[in-house]
Amino acid sequence: MNHLPLIIKREYLTKVKNKSFIIMTFLSPIIFMALIGFVAYLSQLNNDKVRVISVLDESKLVQNVFKNSEHVTYNILEGMSVNDAKDLVLETEGTGLLHINQLENDAIDAQHITFYSEDAPSISLISDIENQLEKRLTDINLQKNGVDVEMINNSKVRVNISQESFEGEKTSKVDSVVKLIFGGAAGYLLFMFIIIYGNMIMRSVIEEKTSRIIEVIISSVKPIQLMLGKIIGTSLAGITQFVIWLILGGVLMSITTLVLGIEMQTPQQQMAEEAMNNPEVNLQIQNIANAFYHLPLTNLIIAFVMFFVGGYLLYSSLYAAIGAAVDNETDTQQFMMPIIMPLVLAVYIGIFTVIEDPHGMVSTVFSFIPLTSPVVMLMRIPFGVPIWEQILSFLILIGTFMGTVWFAAKIYRVGILMYGKKPTYKELLKWIKY
Amino acid sequence: MSNLLEVANVSKKFGNFTALNNASLSVPEGSIFGLLGPNGAGKTTLIRIVNQITMPDSGTVHLGGELLNENHIRDIGYLPEERGLYKSMKVGEQALYLAQLKGLSKAEAKKRLKYWFERLEIGDWWNKKIQELSKGMAQKIQFVVTVLHEPKLLIFDEPFSGFDPINANLIKDEILRLRDNGATVIFSTHRMESVEELCDDIALIHKSNKILDGKLVDIKRQYKINTFEVGLRTANNEALRLELNEKFNVSDANFKTLEDELKVNIKLNPDQKPNDLLNYLTTKGEISHFVELIPSVNDIFIQTVKNN
Repeated sequence: MNHLPLIIKREYLTKVKNKSFIIMTFLSPIIFMALIGFVAYLSQLNNDKVRVISVLDESKLVQNVFKNSEHVTYNILEGMSVNDAKDLVLETEGTGLLHINQLENDAIDAQHITFYSEDAPSISLISDIENQLEKRLTDINLQKNGVDVEMINNSKVRVNISQESFEGEKTSKVDSVVKLIFGGAAGYLLFMFIIIYGNMIMRSVIEEKTSRIIEVIISSVKPIQLMLGKIIGTSLAGITQFVIWLILGGVLMSITTLVLGIEMQTPQQQMAEEAMNNPEVNLQIQNIANAFYHLPLTNLIIAFVMFFVGGYLLYSSLYAAIGAAVDNETDTQQFMMPIIMPLVLAVYIGIFTVIEDPHGMVSTVFSFIPLTSPVVMLMRIPFGVPIWEQILSFLILIGTFMGTVWFAAKIYRVGILMYGKKPTYKELLKWIKY
Repeated sequence: MSNLLEVANVSKKFGNFTALNNASLSVPEGSIFGLLGPNGAGKTTLIRIVNQITMPDSGTVHLGGELLNENHIRDIGYLPEERGLYKSMKVGEQALYLAQLKGLSKAEAKKRLKYWFERLEIGDWWNKKIQELSKGMAQKIQFVVTVLHEPKLLIFDEPFSGFDPINANLIKDEILRLRDNGATVIFSTHRMESVEELCDDIALIHKSNKILDGKLVDIKRQYKINTFEVGLRTANNEALRLELNEKFNVSDANFKTLEDELKVNIKLNPDQKPNDLLNYLTTKGEISHFVELIPSVNDIFIQTVKNN
C-alpha cells in the first residue's frame, strides 16, 4: 500500500496550520523590512546634519578648490591667526578647522596641512578633503614643472578589455560580476533552505518520538515511507513559506519605498540620474543587460532545480536520521557538526575560490564531492561548466543520496524505537546491521 | 479450531543480544491469547515481528495460512505499550488519518468513527486537541483507532494502563465483544488477574525463550499440585493436627473463617484419593472448608520463571 501521498498531506497541513509557522511566515518579512527601514532612517538622520568646515588657507593656493556639497559646507576664513580661527570654529560650533600653513618656497606637503576638530572626524570626510587637495596640488606641481595639465587630461585613455571565448561568445567583466551574483545567490539560497527546513524535519521526527505515536504509525507504514513523506511534506511547506516571503517582501518593499522612501532613495536616484547622462555608465547598464543574455539561462534553471532538489534531499535525510537517533533536541548537537561543516565549507569555497578561478582545481574537485557539490556547482554553472561535468556531478549526488537514504532509513528504523540514552557513533553503526 | 497466527522458530538478535531464541507459538482463531513474560523477555520484539516493524533473523510467521506480507498490515490492529498521539492534532482529524493509513477510505473511516465515538460516549471530543484531553481520554481514542479497521488480529500491549476501573471494565467488555464477533486477540500484560479473567491460551517467554504455552486450563491442570485447603471444627485442634501429620503431607493454611478452626493444606500422594480424605475428615469433626487448590497464573508465572 502506498501511503506516501497521505503522509505528505498530513505533514504539509500540520506544518502550514501550525501557529508559530504562520506567525513566522507573516511576521519575519515585516520585521525584516522594519529593520531595513529603521537602519535607513538612522543613516538618513546622520546624513541630514550639514557639517561646516572652516578653511584657513595661508598659502592661498587651494582655498578655491572646495565646493560645498549637500552634507558639507566650507567656510573660507581670511586674515586671522590659527588660534583665532580655532576659537571662532569652537564658538560657532563648526565641525572643524582645516589649516594650511604659509609655504616656504612654494613646496607643499602633508606637514603643512592640519585638521583641527573637537571629535575625530569620519574617515570618509578626511579622505574626501585629501582627495580634493591632492588633485589640486598635483596640478600645481605639474604646472610648476612646466607640464600642460590639459594635455595630460586629454591624453588619458580608459581601457575596458572586451572578452571573447574561442567559440565567439562575448563576455566582459560585468558578465563575471553578474554570474557571481547569480551563482552566489543560488548557492546561498540552498544553504539557508537546508538549514531552516532540515531542522524542521529533524524536530518533526523528534516530536513523533516524544509523543510516542511512532510505533502506532510504523505498524501501518514502512519507516522509509514515513521518512520520505516527512521530508517531502516539510519541503513543500518550506517552499510555500519561501514563496509567501518573496511576495510579501515585494509588496512590503514597494510600500516602504512609497511611504518612507522618496527621500531615503535620493542619493541613489541622483546617482541614477547622473548615470543616465553619463555615456560611460550607460554603457555599463547596457553591459549588465547583455550579461543577463549571456548567462546560460536554460542550463542555469535546470541545474538549479536539479542540484537544489538533490542537495536538499541529501541533507534532509541526514537530518531525519539525526532526529531518529536522539530523544530531544538538546542531544542533537554532537551529530549536527558533521552536517553543518561540509555545508559551511561549500559556501566558503564557493565565495573564495569560485571568484578567484571558477574552473580551478579546488572549485572543480569540490563541485564533484556530493556534500559540497550542490552549492559549489550552482556557483560555478553561471561561468559555463561543460554539460558532462554537470551530469557526472549530479549522478554522483544522486548516487550518494540513495546511499544516504538507505543509511538514514536504517538508523531511522532502529532509532525511532529507541528511547533513553543518547547513542554514540559506534552504536549508530551497529544499528545498520540490525 | 485452526490457528490464525503461526510463529515458527523465530530468532532475532540485536548485535550480541539475543532478543528471541527459536520461538514458536500458535494462536488459535477466535481466542484471547495471553503473551506473558518478565520485563525484557522478548515479548515486544515478538509483537513487533508480527507487526512487520522488525524483521526476524530466521524463522517464519504465517497469518491466516499465508506467509506474513505487506497486505497483512490491514489485518492487524496494534496497541503498543509505548503509545501516544500527535499532541497538536485534533482528535477527529487524527483518527481519520490513522484509519486511512490502515487502508480505510475517508468516508468509511468517518462513519465507523462516529459509531465508536457514540458507543464510548466521546462524540463531543471530535474537535478537541489531544493535549486538551486527560491520559485516560487519549487512551480511549487510541483504543478506537486500533480496532476501527476491524482487523482479524488485535494485539494489545498493556491495554488497561492509564484507565480508571470503570473505563478499564468498559474496555475489557469491548475486547470480549470483539472476540465474540470473530476477532483473535493477543494480549500482553503484567496484570495476572486480567489474564486469569480473559485469556483462553497463554504463552510464557523468559530470557528470549518460550518456556510454556498452551490452553490455560491445560496448563493449570499440568500445574495442579493435588493439594486441598481444609477447615475443620474439632474439640482439640492440636491433637488432630498431629494425627494428620502422620498420615498426610500437611502445611499451614491461611484463609478467613468464622470460628477458631483448624486450617491446613493437605497434599495428597498420587495413590490417595480426595474422596478418601473427605471421608476420613468427616469422622474427625465438622468440615467448614474443602477446596482444591488451583494454581493461579501468578503462581505459575513466578514458579516457571524461577525454575528457569
